[in-house]
Amino acid sequence: MQIDKDLVAASATPLVLAILDEGENYGYAILKRVRELSGGELEWTDGMLYPLLHRLERLGLVTTEWQVPPEGRRRKYYALTSEGRTALVEHKRQWATVTQALRDVFGGGDLGALALGGA
Amino acid sequence: MESLELEIEQWRSYVGRRPGVDVHDVEELESHLRDQIADLHDVGLADDEAFLVAVKRLGSVDDLSHEYAREHSGRLWKQLVLAGGATGGGSDARLDAVARAWPEALGFAVAAAVALQIARLLAGFPDDEPDWLFRNASLFVLPFLAAWFARRRRLSSTAWLATAGVFAGLAVAVNVFPYDEDAATEVLVATHLPVLSWCVVAFPFMGATLRSHERRMDMVRFTGEWCIYYALIAFGGGVLLALTLAVLEPTGIDPDTVATWLLLSGAAGAVIVAAWLVEAKQQVVENMAPVLTMLFTPLFAAMLVAAAVAYAVDGLGEAFDRELVGVFDALMVAVLGLVLYGLSAREPSDRPGWMDRIQLVAVVSALALDVLVLGSMVARIGDLGLTPNRVAALGLNLLLLVNLAGAAWLSARFLAGRTTIHRLERWQTSYLPVFAAWVAVVVLVLPPAFAFS
Repeated sequence: MQIDKDLVAASATPLVLAILDEGENYGYAILKRVRELSGGELEWTDGMLYPLLHRLERLGLVTTEWQVPPEGRRRKYYALTSEGRTALVEHKRQWATVTQALRDVFGGGDLGALALGGA
Repeated sequence: MESLELEIEQWRSYVGRRPGVDVHDVEELESHLRDQIADLHDVGLADDEAFLVAVKRLGSVDDLSHEYAREHSGRLWKQLVLAGGATGGGSDARLDAVARAWPEALGFAVAAAVALQIARLLAGFPDDEPDWLFRNASLFVLPFLAAWFARRRRLSSTAWLATAGVFAGLAVAVNVFPYDEDAATEVLVATHLPVLSWCVVAFPFMGATLRSHERRMDMVRFTGEWCIYYALIAFGGGVLLALTLAVLEPTGIDPDTVATWLLLSGAAGAVIVAAWLVEAKQQVVENMAPVLTMLFTPLFAAMLVAAAVAYAVDGLGEAFDRELVGVFDALMVAVLGLVLYGLSAREPSDRPGWMDRIQLVAVVSALALDVLVLGSMVARIGDLGLTPNRVAALGLNLLLLVNLAGAAWLSARFLAGRTTIHRLERWQTSYLPVFAAWVAVVVLVLPPAFAFS
């Protein structure tokens, strides 16, 4: 299944915010998590994640820090700020509305699969 | 393994050369690349295969660089603001295109110089010194700068008309006002019109968008860098003029005539040449400007603290006359300029550092001085009543007070880690139209309000 480009773009910010809500993380791992969550259906161009993260940082939704984990290389970690959490709540509210509307109009039980993460 | 390192090294330098991508970005991307290569290794790919797949997954370097550039417009705003340049070709090519466009810039520069010289000849300057020449001086030059930007940004004809209309409106307004002899309002118009015209130039500069905060910051950056280039050109021009006069002395040519022709033409043309340099040779001054800001912010901070302490200890005394108010206003504007420019040259993702602290000290001292100036001014107005000059000065000081208070509050919160630099930037970029509006009031409303006295 090929997911529409606009849909990928629209879901990018809430997805990244939600993943960071699970705990601070670095770019590569965030992308892996996206693949894992979508069962490999959501394909991003890897590099594009970083400008997005930098935008979130500029807006004050995430903070960054270079860290060197005990085993491994220096990586730039991103963590959610309280403003980021507020933004995530807003995103959740909007997506809940959208998915609910789609579920209603698509009509019916077998489209339960549409529910995004139970939102 | 060695060949992999070599390949990564080459990739690094290739990506790092792209506009909009800085060393930290390359480091972050490299870290990603290495993670990806390691994972691909684990599933059995060879070094070179893993490298190729990992690089491919990162996406096309052109797209990536474009995306970074969009996010970090501060790093290469000059490519971005070239309207229509967003598609096709690398940004390097676009930069070259600006550099190659020098004949056009030169044409506009010559046009501005000619316009100023014609006006001067009509006025009979320097034998005669009619007021209208000084009052209109900026209107002979800055419309050419606006037109140059309008061409560069390929503005729509509506935007062209709007820009031209505003200039025409200003020209009519300041020239139909029936000023009294030696009117204070006329001096106010003469000193404020250049600033107002500069604000009009911002419209074509920003590609006919007024609401974009990023573009406004670009305009601040442009203004700062333009000032630096203009000062450099003025310095070089001064040396050239002095040497020319010295060389021509034995020929008996009147040095005043030479100076009038060279100096005025040069001053007008340099306005556009400096703008072209900012656009074309961005990288040169991009490195210099933050250094200058870093150099002068602490010096200004020290001077402001000393002044604030001195005035606090000695009191204001009688010395606070009109000239000193003017000096203080200039000082406040300089501080605001430093703050704005420091903001625009700042890497937004940097943590609060000592420069931010020093800047806060400068702003707070400036704020204290501004309160003193305002107090003395209000007292003066209470004693002697309102005059155009006092209204203009009072308004400017009130605006600066609010601006600096907001800036101090937000940077204190920023230093405490309670807000982002983004908020501080927004505060300043949102405030810029307020200054522009006030200058417009001084030029257009004060003269009639004071019956052109």
